[in-house]
Amino acid sequence: MLIAVVAIRMRDLFGVVILFGVYSLLTAVLFMDLDAVDVAFTEAAVGAGVTTVLLLSGLRLTRRWEAPPRHNPLFSLLVVGITGAALVYATLDAPLLGDPSSPVHKHVAPRYLQQAVEEVGMPNIVTAVLASYRGYDTFGETLVVFTAGLAVLLLLGFPDGSESRARSSALGDQLVLKVVVKLLVPLILLYALYVQFHGDFGAGGGFQAGVIFATGFILYDMVFGSANARAVMPADWLPRLAALGVLIYGGVGIFSMLAGKPFLDYSALSADPVQGQHLGVLLVELGVGVTVFSIVLSIFYALSGRRPRS
Amino acid sequence: MIEIPGLFNYWVVVFLMMAGFYVVISQGNLVKKLVGLGLFQASVFILYITMGNLSGGQAPIVTEGVFVYSNPLPHVLILTAIVVGVATTAVGLALVVRIHEAYGTVEEDEIHSLDMADEETPRKGDDRPGESRE
Amino acid sequence: MTLLDHLPVLVVLIPLMTAPLCVLVDRPRASWIMALAAAWLSFASAIALALTVATSGTLTYQLGGWPPPWGIEYRIDTLASYVVLIVTAMAALVMLFAKESVASEIPERRIARFYASLMLAFAGLVGIVATGDAFNVFVFLEISSLASYALISMGRDRRALNAAFQYLVMGTIGATFILIGIGFLYMMTGTLNMLDLAARLPEVSDSRTVRAGFAFLTVGIGLKLAMFPLHLWLPNAYAYAPSAVTAFLAATATKVAVYVMLRFMLEVFGADFSLGAMPLDLILMGLGLIGIIMASLVAVFQDDIKRMLAYSSVAQIGYMLLGIGLASATGVGAAILHIFNHALMKGALFLALGAVAYRIGAVTLGDFAGLGKRMPWTMAAIAIGGLSLIGVPPTVGFVSKWYLVLATLEQGLWPIAVLILIGSLLALVYIWRLIEAAYFGAVAADAPEVREAPASMLIPIWILVAANIYFGINTDISVGAAMQAATMLMGDGG
Repeated sequence: MLIAVVAIRMRDLFGVVILFGVYSLLTAVLFMDLDAVDVAFTEAAVGAGVTTVLLLSGLRLTRRWEAPPRHNPLFSLLVVGITGAALVYATLDAPLLGDPSSPVHKHVAPRYLQQAVEEVGMPNIVTAVLASYRGYDTFGETLVVFTAGLAVLLLLGFPDGSESRARSSALGDQLVLKVVVKLLVPLILLYALYVQFHGDFGAGGGFQAGVIFATGFILYDMVFGSANARAVMPADWLPRLAALGVLIYGGVGIFSMLAGKPFLDYSALSADPVQGQHLGVLLVELGVGVTVFSIVLSIFYALSGRRPRS
Repeated sequence: MIEIPGLFNYWVVVFLMMAGFYVVISQGNLVKKLVGLGLFQASVFILYITMGNLSGGQAPIVTEGVFVYSNPLPHVLILTAIVVGVATTAVGLALVVRIHEAYGTVEEDEIHSLDMADEETPRKGDDRPGESRE
Repeated sequence: MTLLDHLPVLVVLIPLMTAPLCVLVDRPRASWIMALAAAWLSFASAIALALTVATSGTLTYQLGGWPPPWGIEYRIDTLASYVVLIVTAMAALVMLFAKESVASEIPERRIARFYASLMLAFAGLVGIVATGDAFNVFVFLEISSLASYALISMGRDRRALNAAFQYLVMGTIGATFILIGIGFLYMMTGTLNMLDLAARLPEVSDSRTVRAGFAFLTVGIGLKLAMFPLHLWLPNAYAYAPSAVTAFLAATATKVAVYVMLRFMLEVFGADFSLGAMPLDLILMGLGLIGIIMASLVAVFQDDIKRMLAYSSVAQIGYMLLGIGLASATGVGAAILHIFNHALMKGALFLALGAVAYRIGAVTLGDFAGLGKRMPWTMAAIAIGGLSLIGVPPTVGFVSKWYLVLATLEQGLWPIAVLILIGSLLALVYIWRLIEAAYFGAVAADAPEVREAPASMLIPIWILVAANIYFGINTDISVGAAMQAATMLMGDGG
């Protein structure tokens, strides 16, 4: 709570962004405490990780310091006060924290908990709901990522080759960093793959995996310079990869339709419906991972490769 | 009767939400607005997850010997919401970068004055300086 | 399952999957062709869908094969098929128009991705209408919103960037409020399926949580609707966006938000709760009226015609909200009817403006001097569109106003009927300024030579203009469907 207040008052935006990153990390810890492991994982990777990197890249291209406030905060305080009051009002009748008799625990959720293992064949219920029961929402979410990436590319585009070749790595010739990163990157990529495919059984899945995989590349880019990074993964490939990810996800759904079942019904994928579910979830998460990876890396390339204009 | 301890969690969330909301509507710096937006959204996530928590329950991954689990549905919804939030931040940032290139500032009032000045003496010429990149 | 069974999801899937294809192919001409094909295929599916719903009743579709409320379902009833038809029709026509317009306003290497974003915005909007799951609404709302922010920012003027940013901030606040509202509803019922919510809410509707959820949903949807005073993002966004984008969004985005309001307030919460227990009727009537008068007044003083029409749109949305606030089948029906009619009117007007922008490059009042002689067809289209806006028979604008006034008189609210007519008078004033400049103004000495707009633009414009008149005379289909949907919604109350 304190962090939030300080963030409001600070005018050094660099500090604000870092504090925000800390806030996200603390939120992730809170989620762990509330038994939401997948969410904690995602919040840590996406919220604390990606968002902080994005905001810092943005700061590099704009200004670090905020101008002193000029107008009267009274109106804003009023609006915020009313909204806050409405929210507190709402909580007065709400079910208490952890109360087992609240409606959310008695309706809809019990079936997921009781039957996901039989129907979808995996113990991580969050993945089962995310990728199968509510798989269409996740399809939508993948499209949100794709849309955002497209938007960033429309607005910023990739820097052209000549700029990046001329620039050497921002971190110069730090030998220790280079050695350590060389060791870390393959581990990071391997871990990402683990998260991708183990998501059925433990915390994990396509989103987290995609982000971690991209992180490996980002780390490499930061230490070895964009010229090297782009030699490994050319920028032009990324939007196409992202499109491919979406097409994989949609393709699974269309396959189901061609087999005479509704869109995204995985039982159409194999003779045994539970096998079909497994296969479906695997393919679909793969699509998600590919798209998330490509878009996160694209956005990073677009932001990091741009020269700040004074 | 109103149970204060059980509701305390919610009230903390409300405070955080309002902090973020306040930043968004009152601060003039565009980057700070985005941070406030993120703060606001993150608090909504906490609200949802709090809702799904079950006393004495475990994470909803079926394991031997565990019979009580927390509700997985809010987790799924929030996973989606987190991703949506980061996507929005990314687009917002791209816009801020372009605005900075076009106006030379990211403070709301300065942008407004520049626009007003424009309307007095309409500019012809390169309105989109950021377009020359790839 | 046959192809026809898949219709509910096809209307969304076709444009949705075209977007990545556009990105893969990355050529301007090819992506335009794909976008055009996708829009027309989607439109055809929407027609088939509407016909099926009209004969066999509400269609449902279980995504992933899981029954609701554990899975997400698509529900297409009369209202949904009506709105889907409007959105797809507008997309199809705007795509025709877009070829020349986009080529002249957007840098060539961005065009393929531009069309991809347009497809995503389109698919997102249809997805919002087709779904029967509250959280799914949120997801697709964000798809179409994010795409819209990008599309708006591509306008030629640098003010487009800030307009897009303001829209992003306000739109995200709105979406987050909607998320909070859905969260509160979920907290008290345990479900996300809209039909299920409608069944379970009555027993908990007395709780403060549900009431707060209602409030947050109203404000959130209101932001997206551009309900006064939450409309601040709209004039700039419409004024500075590329022409094709303005035409498409003006005809569809806010209408879909009106649909969401109808769906949540009248079906999920029930008319008795929303318009009875909660003071939504007064709020909508009040804010709607203020919107009508204020926005129309501001429009009178605008020099930039795009901004003038943008304020006009805020006023038109005010009419729709007024209709809903009247809390009667006629009132709601008038609002639904206006969703259709306004799309026709503003679609035609903004497309025609886009044609002017294509030829002249700008659309201020000064630029319009003498345009009546130089671009006769385009100007005639604007004139007829303007008449429709005012509400002159036999245009569709007249039909909407007629039913709205009827609804107010039904309840004996004479003063409100008078205010509606004042709104029309104000519209007369700003439209007249335009007509006067175009037909009676002298062409400036240094004005460049302009020809009439190309056929690829005139055809969709005149299809819409013709529709304005056709549906103004033959009102059976549009009014019939609207009234039927309204009766269903109001009858389902409580």
